[in-house]
Amino acid sequence: MSGEILSSKDELKSRSVEIGGIVDKFGSLKEINKSLRGLWVVFAFFALWEILPRIGAVDPIFLPTFSETIKTMIDLLISGKLLVHIGASLQRSIIGFGLAVLVGVPLGFLMGWYSKFESYADLFMQSLRNISIFALLPVVLLFFGLGETSKIVIIFYGAVWQILINTISGVKNVDPIFIKAAKSMGVSDGELFKKVILPASMPSIVSGARLGAKIAILVVIAAEMIGAKTGLGFFIQNAQFNFMIPEMYAGILTLAIIGLVINYLLVWFEKKTTSWKGDLDRAILG
Amino acid sequence: MGSRCKVTIKGLSMSEKIKVDQVKKKFKLKDGQHIKNNGIVSNEVEVLAGVDLSIIKGEFLTVVGPSGCGKSVFLDIIGGLTNATSGTIYLDGKPIDRPTLKTGYVFQQYALFPWRNALSNIEFGLEMQGVPQEERTKIAKKLLSTFGLSDFWDRFPYQLSGGMQQRVAIARALATNPEVLLMDEPFAALDAQTREILQNELLRIWEGTGTTVIFVTHSIDEAIFLADRVAVFTARPGIVKQMIDIDLPRPRDINIRSSPEFANNRHKVWDVLKGEVLKAQKDWELASVYAK
Repeated sequence: MSGEILSSKDELKSRSVEIGGIVDKFGSLKEINKSLRGLWVVFAFFALWEILPRIGAVDPIFLPTFSETIKTMIDLLISGKLLVHIGASLQRSIIGFGLAVLVGVPLGFLMGWYSKFESYADLFMQSLRNISIFALLPVVLLFFGLGETSKIVIIFYGAVWQILINTISGVKNVDPIFIKAAKSMGVSDGELFKKVILPASMPSIVSGARLGAKIAILVVIAAEMIGAKTGLGFFIQNAQFNFMIPEMYAGILTLAIIGLVINYLLVWFEKKTTSWKGDLDRAILG
Repeated sequence: MGSRCKVTIKGLSMSEKIKVDQVKKKFKLKDGQHIKNNGIVSNEVEVLAGVDLSIIKGEFLTVVGPSGCGKSVFLDIIGGLTNATSGTIYLDGKPIDRPTLKTGYVFQQYALFPWRNALSNIEFGLEMQGVPQEERTKIAKKLLSTFGLSDFWDRFPYQLSGGMQQRVAIARALATNPEVLLMDEPFAALDAQTREILQNELLRIWEGTGTTVIFVTHSIDEAIFLADRVAVFTARPGIVKQMIDIDLPRPRDINIRSSPEFANNRHKVWDVLKGEVLKAQKDWELASVYAK
């Protein structure tokens, strides 16, 4: 009889290993295939960008060719001019985003865990959240002037809501059975938070942080278009004012590349921190 | 009343592990909700209506009863996870009012922490007790090997089958070496074959430990196969309708299920339970009539 039990266990083991292997293979193949498909469309767009100004379908003064834009971009990178602006934008985004995490996550835990606190704060928070960041720009300028502070405040404001809201919902959606199980093993309140609530709400917090970081990158450009002397937002606007059109497009292209890289980094980070979820495997194993 | 005393069953005197004394549990409904019971409108539901029970040290007790009769709440009270509205449960003569290290709990939904691998799930309770890393890994590894899962120590719950997850969950509950193991329909979500295999494994492991087990189930066969005694609960509000001694020899294996003695026991339990299941069904029908 124990032989029976053993053999069925071995079978289970080999089955799950086998399925795991298939998932890995198909997963990576599919991924490569997918990104190749995406590249074709991007190449087609670049080709169109190159051709349209050349054949005169678009005025080359308003839209220089793709090759000219790339050449300008490389020149700007080599001369180090662009790097200064990239650095300035990144620094502001990181500080604003970092502050948003420092405020949003603890506040989110408080609001998610203490429903009474949330019932007081919710209406106020929802009202603030629904004011467009652009409507607040003049207010921020009034209070914080044209310097660095106002830019960081704007980025913070743009990023903090998504982080706060995802933290709240992460804490609220912790499966009560985990709390029950932990309590049955004699967990203390502090340990319950550290060992159960925090890890259980992590996926939601990390995806909130990813969205918050994306917003930070978007908002920093807008902030830099008002009274800044550095940053990609300033660079792009300044190029337009001075009719340096290839430089302007080079700035926009740089922005697209930075956004793409940051997004991939964040997705990678999200996958790494929540690998225990294993959505793909679960979907296939049913 | 709360002191340790001797109970006499089948003419033998045995020591009492848990004493359940007139335990009642009522739940308040949410604002605006109410139910009608025998023509009386109330915003409370009575789930347990005075459970009296004496559980012997080292016995395997199974609890059966119709859906909604308060079996799970009963386990929660023994586990100290919720308090009785009135009445007391004594563990070794002391009233239970919070979870203690003497009890382990196994849930139907496994309730493994998905962010911890099998080994670290099993270590959880020991970690909470402040057992040093080296020792808790040693204990957890030993349990993994008991359940035939040594090669799976680093797998996360999503990488394990339902049967394996429940093995890990049982190992986790046993890791702190509890004197009482509470099991709330632990095998209900598993397929029939895995269920039988796990029932066998559970008996094999239990026979070597002397742990007192209280096991809630919907399956009469499971209740009989595992138990020394079966407690049959009434329809809601639940009380113990009858205790049934299962006089099957141990160690038991799968063949015992087809024996005439097993069938006798099945008839005995079903005779007591039948009326209550019908009553519970009428209760639901009534509820659905009100809902319309």
